[in-house]
Amino acid sequence: MNIHKEKDLLLKIRGLRLEAFADDKWFEIVHGVDIDLHRGEVLGLIGESGAGKSTIGLAAMGFARDGCRISGGSIEFDGLELTSTPRSDLRALRSSRIAYVAQSAAASFNPAHRLIDQHTEAPIHYRIRKRTESQEDAIDLYRRLRLPNPEEIGFRYPHQVSGGQLQRAMTAMAMSCRPDLIIFDEPTTALDVTTQIEVLAAIRDIVDQFNTAAIYITHDLAVVAQMADQIKVLLRGDEVETADTKTMLDTPQEDYTKSLWAVRDFRREQKPPPAADAVPVVSVKHIDASYDGEIKILKDISFDIYAGRTVAVVGESGSGKSTVARVITGLLPQMKGSVLFKGEELPPRYQNRSKDQLRQAQMIYQMADTALNPKSRIGEIIGRPAAFYGGLKGAALKKRVDELLDLIEMEPKQYYNRFPGELSGGQKQRIGIARTLAAEPTFIICDEVTSALDQLVAEGILRLLGDLQDELDLAYMFITHDLATVRSIADYVVVMQQGKIIEQGPKDDMFKPPHEPYTDLLLSSVPEMDPEWLTTLLEERGVDSPGDAANL
Amino acid sequence: MNSFIIGYFALLIGASCVSVYYKHRTAFLLLFSLTLASFIVGLIGGEAALWRITVAAGIIAAAAGIAYSFREFLTITLPRNAAKEIKTAPLTATFGLFMIMIYMVAAVFAPIIAPFGQAEIVGAAFAPADETMLLGGDQLGRDMFSRLIYGARNTVGLALVTTILAFVGGTSLGLLAATKGGFIDQALSRTVDVFMSIPSLIFSLLLLSIFGTNIVVLTLVIAFLYVPPVFRLARAVAGNIVVMDYIEAAKLRGEGSWHLILREILPNAAAPLIAEFGLRFCFVFLLISGLSFLGLGLQPPTADWGSMVRENSTLISFGEIVPLIPAAAIALLTVSGNFVVDWMLYRSSGLKK
Amino acid sequence: MNDILQIVIKRLGLGLITLLVVSIIIFGAVEMLPGDLAQAVLGQSATEESVAAMRSNLGLDRSAPVRYFEWLGNAVTGDFGVSLINGKQVSELIGGRFANTLFLAIYAAVLAVPIAIGLGILAALFRNSVFDRVANVATLTAISSPEFFVGYILVLFLAVKNPWFPAIASISDDMLFWDKLHRMFLPALTLVLVVTAHMMRMTRAAIISLLASPYIEMARLKGVPQRKIITHHALPNALAPVINVVALNLAYLITGVVLVEVVFVYPGIGQLLVDSVSKRDFAVVTACCLIFAATFIVLNLLADIGSILTNPRLRHPK
Repeated sequence: MNIHKEKDLLLKIRGLRLEAFADDKWFEIVHGVDIDLHRGEVLGLIGESGAGKSTIGLAAMGFARDGCRISGGSIEFDGLELTSTPRSDLRALRSSRIAYVAQSAAASFNPAHRLIDQHTEAPIHYRIRKRTESQEDAIDLYRRLRLPNPEEIGFRYPHQVSGGQLQRAMTAMAMSCRPDLIIFDEPTTALDVTTQIEVLAAIRDIVDQFNTAAIYITHDLAVVAQMADQIKVLLRGDEVETADTKTMLDTPQEDYTKSLWAVRDFRREQKPPPAADAVPVVSVKHIDASYDGEIKILKDISFDIYAGRTVAVVGESGSGKSTVARVITGLLPQMKGSVLFKGEELPPRYQNRSKDQLRQAQMIYQMADTALNPKSRIGEIIGRPAAFYGGLKGAALKKRVDELLDLIEMEPKQYYNRFPGELSGGQKQRIGIARTLAAEPTFIICDEVTSALDQLVAEGILRLLGDLQDELDLAYMFITHDLATVRSIADYVVVMQQGKIIEQGPKDDMFKPPHEPYTDLLLSSVPEMDPEWLTTLLEERGVDSPGDAANL
Repeated sequence: MNSFIIGYFALLIGASCVSVYYKHRTAFLLLFSLTLASFIVGLIGGEAALWRITVAAGIIAAAAGIAYSFREFLTITLPRNAAKEIKTAPLTATFGLFMIMIYMVAAVFAPIIAPFGQAEIVGAAFAPADETMLLGGDQLGRDMFSRLIYGARNTVGLALVTTILAFVGGTSLGLLAATKGGFIDQALSRTVDVFMSIPSLIFSLLLLSIFGTNIVVLTLVIAFLYVPPVFRLARAVAGNIVVMDYIEAAKLRGEGSWHLILREILPNAAAPLIAEFGLRFCFVFLLISGLSFLGLGLQPPTADWGSMVRENSTLISFGEIVPLIPAAAIALLTVSGNFVVDWMLYRSSGLKK
Repeated sequence: MNDILQIVIKRLGLGLITLLVVSIIIFGAVEMLPGDLAQAVLGQSATEESVAAMRSNLGLDRSAPVRYFEWLGNAVTGDFGVSLINGKQVSELIGGRFANTLFLAIYAAVLAVPIAIGLGILAALFRNSVFDRVANVATLTAISSPEFFVGYILVLFLAVKNPWFPAIASISDDMLFWDKLHRMFLPALTLVLVVTAHMMRMTRAAIISLLASPYIEMARLKGVPQRKIITHHALPNALAPVINVVALNLAYLITGVVLVEVVFVYPGIGQLLVDSVSKRDFAVVTACCLIFAATFIVLNLLADIGSILTNPRLRHPK
């Protein structure tokens, strides 16, 4: 790591306090944060949602969104105190000395102008370069960021360019005035794992090449381990721990930091294969499916799910994994093939299935906010399936709901009469689980149930699901794009790409080579906790083509 | 220069200085601009113009005062949750609520409040205002004031019934279209699109010319005209709800359409629908008044504000404002309704800043 | 470019079909007359023979579809038949009046559109300022007031108490242009007040929603000055919603015209429609309805096509 001299100190933040406006009053969301950043250094700001990272990143530019304000502390940038600088001077800093790369490039580019015009706007405004020079510089940056067709990609409009490419174009735009500091706000969170590699490599390279300081904001530890020289952990507006990367990864001090690392270590042993004559709970045979009758979304999908076992269906966006769930539940009737439940063929449309058939297969959704009716109380939400299928009423119904609340480790007295809006993300997901259990199913589809949750909370949900499976001998189909989750809980893995099954097999086999090339790509694209992981990966793959999927 | 003018400007300038002293920038700007404007207007229109400004300012101040006190009253009397909402309501909304309350009282208690019947001839035609007839007589000598109060009952009552009909029809069709989707949705939407391509006033004129203008026909025609926009809104609102996962979960459970609509969709659609009801009522009310004004709505001797304006319109050429009073009554109710709906929409859209 | 052309043509086709269906509805509505047209014209006391004679005179003994196509075909060429009351050619009655109404509408539109858009943009830029709040209350009041209320107030203050303008807007073809404008000022002003209010509110809402976009925030974070953000980043994207707002409100103008013409006794097609409705002159009524509906549909069509043409995604397809 670099040893920094005092005069290299670029950003000095002391006691930063930020407030947000909600429910007609201001309340503090960041309670005194310090940051020391030297020239050319990369600081990783890591924390769960609500930790205040984004707001702190913007504050480093002296900017506060509508509804937020800087309420205390000092922000010193290269000797200039930002909290007392007049607006026009602050504006002069932006893009020329401090630049910002937003989370969603697609939303941050003006749809009415070409990419290159938006790129050259700042250098022209600050009279750093003239238009033609600026355009050439842009093309050069595009080349360095390994964008395809660097000479002409800038002349396109934002909607004509893919997400990963837009993110890199935005990085180039941030570089246009060669600022001293760039703030990266979760730039790869919305991207696929394989595209992520490309963008991470590009960002790291460009920051190195121009010796730019950077603040890299993310909630993904493995990602930040690749990019940052020092890491700062935040929890709900407070600093938890700060250290350089190697130290933090090897010897974390605080309990919270340690717990963040521990999530990735949660692992359930693969169960032994089912008995040879066992009938699978759900069997999918040669399914073809399409939404419009012409373009096939699923092509020849076959796999089995046995009782008490978890099948993880993994793939990137567009692989069709959610569509498989829709076919199994009967929301999308298949064009060809059949879905068998305990050996019996299920009618393709859910409207034609019996109440009992519907009861046996239940689904848990990704977004707990939209999965629970906000106007129904928890007791009703959980109780309805029990009443609908089991005919339970009155006291018997309440007893059952209490039992279920106990099962998901939430106190019945406390939660029975609450509304979903009053609960946290993790709690809502638990209610979603209880709702499926109320129907006493044999098979549960978990559709990206932990993708929207923070690491710690996600671990809790996975543990709960594991315990429930052991207790009730449930069969799970776990849809996910996150291989770490697969490694944690799967017994059997099905890898999908663009509607086809690339490979399937027991978990332990899947994580050992030899693989299909795509599986290999997928597995190796998951960032590891090793700071050298990205470098090693790039060397292995050859620097010029960091990912087959990079040309998306 | 008389005492009124001196007093007027002294008050304005004094208030400006006070606001400067208390560093109230907006108040100062308002008062000072008012002073300048009054100066210019005074030069043009003389003392009378200044009087009018004073009267106008007085009316606005009175309205603000009423709104403020009514808001305090509601905050105290309503149960806790509602009181919390009311506390942050803007003055315009509480003013609106107050006026709506007055209209409701007038409508419900019309026979008790009005001194005379709506068709009773009390004095001479176009009699000036006196003790018996508070607002004078109309073109047949009937008491304007009583007719005004009965007008509340007739017009508001009709508008309410019509809106309810349109609402029940439009909402059920809209919810059905959103829930069932597919062919039913397409067919209903296309039909509604076509009907909405005909401006409502024109279409109502056409239908009324064919079917006559008795009260039943009027109700049905106008209700029919307003089913399409209500349908569109209900369908859009339900459409947003229907894509939620909890609806899918309910469908997969095997729940029937009734349960879906009543227990899952409707409770979540209530807020925008109620706001729409308020808005629709205002439009229906304006349409009925407009039709009556054209002579095609409620027929005499039924008291109705629109036809009252028409009947007494000749008075305007004599500079009398009396015929404008029923028109003002229409405007006031609609404005109040719009203020309240505006507030409700503002709350539900969450545009805090 | 082809994509856009296709979409626009499809939309035009849809508009045409809508017009056709509306014409069927209008025709169908008249068909639903209790009794029939001949009865309605001659009244209750007519004898059987005179009714029968009138029936064959009007061609009512033929089937409905045949009559519909004949009516439609004639309408397209401008022949709306003959008035049931005074026997004149309907097209003669309508022609001049339609021109007058258009004149009034354009007069109002020319005044209203720039004011409304300007005020709307200002209100959006200075959101929640005193100006914005006052404008909100003022526009809300204006759109809630019936046109005849606004009209009569204007008459009272600008024609009776201060005789600056005539209370009755009677114009004729032989007047000078400026003279016409002077006489039409009050009805135009009434329309302007109501339509401006609608347009201003909708413009304000559209601009506010635009200013909340992430790419506007990004422009701020790039250090682009506020003035340039408005002109360079916001305005190009504001074209689409504003054009939509203007076209929709012009369509609304059409209905407002009817009431205003009655208040000011302006010789336009709205006044004609109201008179014909009271006299139950169905030939004129259906013709006027058809014209109003067609104008309405055309304006909505322009609104849609305007949005299509100004959408950057459609102008530069993948």
